[in-house]
Amino acid sequence: MKSLNTYRAGPDEDGHFGIFGGRYVAETLMPLILSVEKAYSEAKNDPEFACRMSYYFSQYVGRPSPLYFAERLTGHLASSRGGAKIYFKREDLNHTGAHKINNCIGQILLAKRMGKTRIIAETGAGMHGVAVATVCALFDIPCVIYMGSVDIERQAPNVLRMNMLGAEVKPVTSGSSTLKDAMNDALRDWVANVEDTYYLIGTVAGPHPYPVMVRDFQSVIGEEVRQQMQKAEGRLPDTLVACIGGGSNALGLFFPFLDDASVRIVAVEAAGEGIDTGRHAASLTAGAPGVLHGNRTYLLQNEDGQINEAHSISAGLDYPGIGPEHSWLHDVKRAEYVSITDDEALDAFHLCTRLEGIIPALESAHAIAQVCKMAGGLARDNLLVLNMSGRGDKDLDTVAKFKSSQKSGGTAA
Amino acid sequence: MTVETRIGRRFRSLKDEGRGGLVIFVTAGDPNPEISLEIIKSLPAAGADIIELGMPFSDPMADGPAVQASSLRALKSGASMKKTLDLARAFRAGDDETPLVLMGYYNPIYIYGVDKFLADAKTAGVDGLIIVDLPPEENEDLCLPAIRAGINFIFLTTPTTDNARLPKVVEQASGFVYYVSITGTTGTASADLGDIKAAVERIGKQTDLPIAVGFGIKTP
Repeated sequence: MKSLNTYRAGPDEDGHFGIFGGRYVAETLMPLILSVEKAYSEAKNDPEFACRMSYYFSQYVGRPSPLYFAERLTGHLASSRGGAKIYFKREDLNHTGAHKINNCIGQILLAKRMGKTRIIAETGAGMHGVAVATVCALFDIPCVIYMGSVDIERQAPNVLRMNMLGAEVKPVTSGSSTLKDAMNDALRDWVANVEDTYYLIGTVAGPHPYPVMVRDFQSVIGEEVRQQMQKAEGRLPDTLVACIGGGSNALGLFFPFLDDASVRIVAVEAAGEGIDTGRHAASLTAGAPGVLHGNRTYLLQNEDGQINEAHSISAGLDYPGIGPEHSWLHDVKRAEYVSITDDEALDAFHLCTRLEGIIPALESAHAIAQVCKMAGGLARDNLLVLNMSGRGDKDLDTVAKFKSSQKSGGTAA
Repeated sequence: MTVETRIGRRFRSLKDEGRGGLVIFVTAGDPNPEISLEIIKSLPAAGADIIELGMPFSDPMADGPAVQASSLRALKSGASMKKTLDLARAFRAGDDETPLVLMGYYNPIYIYGVDKFLADAKTAGVDGLIIVDLPPEENEDLCLPAIRAGINFIFLTTPTTDNARLPKVVEQASGFVYYVSITGTTGTASADLGDIKAAVERIGKQTDLPIAVGFGIKTP
């Protein structure tokens, strides 16, 4: 592949990143998608909109989030050969406990601007659902959150939070009863309620303009890292690591650095019980390009184009697709896409909790596990930034259950 | 000058007879390949002027519970794109008149391979395609290749397709234009007859093609 002048020019005006992206939606939604696109491009050029975003970022979300030097983890992973200097970008310290709120602030301001009076959203781990319910409480708009019944069970604390915030959580029992099915039902709701409803998508996927819009709202993560690293070390970071389900926290961190050739970019998919077991969520590692949920992207699917169920201990990574810009970055080889199993993520979860006193989300634990694998082999002055995309309080039940099932099953950790 | 398809011929004869046509949708392979073929074979005698054969898909985003369930039943009993085309071919062997339209979502076609799909569909006797998630913005993918292959590409118009957008939607339309009479998924609400009449008149001003009305039908 010919090297590009820039990796930051996409998408084209029809929402394509190379062959990926696009607007593969039912005609009923097309006029609506076009109006979201128009409203977003106007808002993007409106200083007043930027001003309101930055107000809520600083006063409500608590931005900028710290760039924290994880000294004990750095020491623990150092080897005789070297060992990267590890920083955590603390998105877990945001209001609502994850990076999801960044995007929700942007989109709720857009929905208000468009005069919409009802919000719908899908959620997997519940972090996006909680963030949506939060901004809907703040801006006094009713909201309905679609959530797979399997996820409702494994993320009970988040369901309770959404209910308390005034959201209606609708259980989805079709298909595999997880994130992809929640997205199907949210789209079905939207088709039926086009006049008053705004669909607040939680990741860098879906029909154009969602992938670019969510990326833009999340890019505050990487922009802050750039400044914070300059202040801390006087230069750019060398390595960026983030987990990906749909890929919004990763793209938020990566995007501002795509044109800095010296910065190595590593994204971590969920390998579930192992790629070769077929029970995983690694769309780029083991999927193929296809069309689902409004965009062309890598998908887990069979030879007939039927979508496979994804599997991961982490509900937030349990999606058979990925944002189209990641598919493109993968194919042009600007970013490396690797995968981490449930077991590896759990080990990293415990390691981080004990060493740093930070309980990471199981999603973020996948990124930590990758850092554990690679840090020792990097030079001692390699500045590595790990996106701590969320806090792990919501996952305590899952981790506890896994521990007890291991005890009863007698398998060694 | 395009060659007249079975769809064109059927609408011409309906016009000559002075009556409206009935388009019937069934999901291919539901509940299994054998019964499905029997059902399809029985449709013309039961009054179907055009048959819409649903291509099963795991994630039918624009469909309500009934079509979702039929799609999953078909997949469970082994439905695939190849078997859907086999079904079309088997039907066509006994009926060279009734137009057959494949309806569904793009991914199974994309994975089968667009060129191979069009060639195989043409050979099987398929006359038209309705692909829910291919709006005119993505015409390069399948619409234009289908027209080149001599298969009608039928566009969906909806209550949200306003007059400014309508010309773009019907620009490449062939066969007939499908009016989705409700904003909603299949079979979840009933449309108002007055609204349908107004919409059909509105669309009729933009195209000479026949217009079929669907989606907002819950009961026979």
